[in-house]
Amino acid sequence: MTVTVAEVAPTGPPDAGNSRRPSRRTRAAARNSDRAPLGAVSGTGLGVIVIWLSLLVLLPLAAVVVKGSAGGFSGFWHASTSKEALSAIRLTVLCALAVSVINAVMGTLIAWVLVRDSFWGKRIIEVLIDIPFALPTIVAGLVLNSLYGPHSPVGVNWYASRPGILVALLFVTLPFVVRTVEPVLLALETDVEEAAASLGASPMTTFRRIVLPAITPAIVSGAALAFGRAMGEYGSVVLISGQLPHTEVASQYIYSQIENGSLSGASATATVLLLISVLVLAGLSLFRRWAGRRG
Amino acid sequence: MGISAQHIYKQFGDFVALDDVNLEVPSGQLTALLGPSGGGKSTLLRIVGGLDDADSGTVFIDDVEATGVPAQRRNVGFVFQHYAAFKHLSVYRNVAFGLEIRKRPKDEIRRRVQELLELVHLEKFADRLPSQLSGGQRQRMALARALAVEPKVLLLDEPFGALDSKVRKELRDWLRRLHDEMHVTTVFVTHDQEEALEVSDSLVVINNGRIEQVGSPNEIYDHPANDFVMGFLGPVTRLGAHLVRPHDIEVLTSDSSGSIQAKITRLTRIGFEVRAEFEAGDSQPWVQLTRGQADGLDLVEGSVVWLRPARDASTLAAD
Amino acid sequence: MASVRSRGTRRGLRLVAVAYVLVLVAVPVGVVAWRAIDQGAATFWSSISGPDAVHAFQLTGEVAGIAVVINTVFGVTVALLLARYRFIGRGALNLLVDVPVSISPIIVGLALILVFGWTTGWFGHGLQNAGIQIIFATPGMVLATVFVSLPLVVREVLPVLEEAGLDQELAARSLGANALQRLRRITLPTIRWALAYGVVLSVARCLGEFGAVRVVSGNVSGSTQTLTLLVDERAEQFEPGAYQMSVILIAVAALCIIAISLVRPAEEK
Repeated sequence: MTVTVAEVAPTGPPDAGNSRRPSRRTRAAARNSDRAPLGAVSGTGLGVIVIWLSLLVLLPLAAVVVKGSAGGFSGFWHASTSKEALSAIRLTVLCALAVSVINAVMGTLIAWVLVRDSFWGKRIIEVLIDIPFALPTIVAGLVLNSLYGPHSPVGVNWYASRPGILVALLFVTLPFVVRTVEPVLLALETDVEEAAASLGASPMTTFRRIVLPAITPAIVSGAALAFGRAMGEYGSVVLISGQLPHTEVASQYIYSQIENGSLSGASATATVLLLISVLVLAGLSLFRRWAGRRG
Repeated sequence: MGISAQHIYKQFGDFVALDDVNLEVPSGQLTALLGPSGGGKSTLLRIVGGLDDADSGTVFIDDVEATGVPAQRRNVGFVFQHYAAFKHLSVYRNVAFGLEIRKRPKDEIRRRVQELLELVHLEKFADRLPSQLSGGQRQRMALARALAVEPKVLLLDEPFGALDSKVRKELRDWLRRLHDEMHVTTVFVTHDQEEALEVSDSLVVINNGRIEQVGSPNEIYDHPANDFVMGFLGPVTRLGAHLVRPHDIEVLTSDSSGSIQAKITRLTRIGFEVRAEFEAGDSQPWVQLTRGQADGLDLVEGSVVWLRPARDASTLAAD
Repeated sequence: MASVRSRGTRRGLRLVAVAYVLVLVAVPVGVVAWRAIDQGAATFWSSISGPDAVHAFQLTGEVAGIAVVINTVFGVTVALLLARYRFIGRGALNLLVDVPVSISPIIVGLALILVFGWTTGWFGHGLQNAGIQIIFATPGMVLATVFVSLPLVVREVLPVLEEAGLDQELAARSLGANALQRLRRITLPTIRWALAYGVVLSVARCLGEFGAVRVVSGNVSGSTQTLTLLVDERAEQFEPGAYQMSVILIAVAALCIIAISLVRPAEEK
């Protein structure tokens, strides 16, 4: 899993005055006018890609929406607002929100420490940050269940409880904010902070008024990605949640509907989740455009 | 004394950046710290400004001890090579930043910022973002920002280093005039000897973490303390046992006391100036002449002449 | 900046950051590793060498291997198209590639069932008549795995291609290189580290896919059960082996991260 932050990183001004850090975009990057029209080979390539994406992504997702709304709006409404469905969606949204806020704060803090501090073992922390991206989700679930589950060696039992779900989601979404904020902090010259200090700003004021405005777009992007991931998370939650009615996240609910043969019920709830994802992505892209215009 | 730094010692890892340095900057003067990069001058400036801590030594600003006082309470203005503009704030808000931190009344801030923007000729750009300014304009904004808080001293770290040579010259003159109006104690770091000689009231030459010489620009140019200072401030050539500036050598057509016989190996005309290279015993000096001098002497490659340092030339013994 | 931020604040922040990462990641992983080797090497070996486990290893390797190959070809092609050509729908393609990361793996599985399932899918009849089984068989698992890891290669390769621009390509063309020669001599050397990075990410993601595969596989032990599904089954039924197999997956993940951290500096040169 990777996070692309080129869109949110503040790019330097295009003039030659800022000579220290040539921005990626001022180099020979391909402009649209340089791009060639399609030829025979590339046209065929595009055709194959479009068919492949249609079969793999577009048609199946459309099938979910069609199936979900097959019973008309009332059927969709009935299936997606059943007591279990609603409680699963509510739990998922609440947990995802909580997780994105917590990891926005902790991720920013960790990114700051990784960029601005140096200490023994920093490389190890860097590797640990990437583990949730590389680890299979079921293994992540097992790992957390073994420490915070029923046989916890530290006596914490969050099995079948909301803290358990929260901890699993915190684990899998840990890298998002760290990895989006880190490059922006790296590109932020320390002399700007020093200038603020020499003008009389305390470290807290400098952070709030100088650093935070610069990294906010990255924090928001990271948090939105974390939210999206948490909304759809399944593997890491399965073992620790216990799948009781009050600890079932949306993905688990959909899975149990599939298992019970209720594909239309599953599709209705899935459609709700897809809608939320689309809204989050659209909001994020609007925010990026707005932040980009602000410079 | 505007600034007094005593026995400053600073080490980065194994590298000794400053080795027992003593710096005295009189109030109201414009002082240049001149030296090659890596010589310690920027580190010294940052220690005075509170952006770095010395390993040992004390700093006084306006006769008040500032050692260990964090930058935000030293009341110094600091200008950085790369402007350090607050990119998300307008030019106006950049300049107002220090005053807002000090919670000055709104109308006072407005008045003061307006004044400063006029002083740096940016009044028309108040609402722009830094990214919409040229490098020279950004540095003027940074200067206005530093001056806004009425600092006790103004510290500039290679302020013109990122600008192209034409803008650099303009800003140099302008800094000099600004200082003549404001008389705030100012220290600026530069590796450009021309800049230092032209702008400063006094000069501190720093190399390898030590101060090599302190004095007025003329004193240092005319009476360099050692061959490093001499070489750093201008061209140097070796004539026999002397180090001497190439424009301080007399070319004679006949032998006279103290002169050395030399054969012309090469004559190069560079605009108004003629550069003559010689073979003189064990040294290969070169001499800078005007075209008139060269024509009057009727110099041709291969001919033999006599060279000696001009009467009031500053010379050093070569090792 | 020593005096700009007080030493105490700095230490405090460092402590909080390190503690958070340790408690959330390092300690749990350590506990699993310890449980896996706790009962000795013989138990470790026997719990990962049963027929179910061996089959799961093989199947996982097969599914992930095919998926990575497909994604690599797909990723490079899409990146080349997006970087070098203008066509209607370019923006839409760029957007579409990112869709899979933000979708729950369960929904991915559900979506595939609704199209390719024999009794449930839009194409079910046709597939059944042709005798092609996708759902509850390896092809469906491959599709699900490809779906969830779709953007990984594209997102690594595309920025590198865009930054490199078209100058080298045009220069090579002016020197008489044909398309294949340009691909081999100019394009591939330019993107090789980004490609390697994307492939490693894909390997990690494909080996570890759980939810989508669980839905489309049917999860039949010894037949369509991948490693992650087996780990889940053993863990839920408190049978031995979950920790041991997890440790192997953790080791693979760690290897991937190490490979990435070796590739990353090379890429930045």
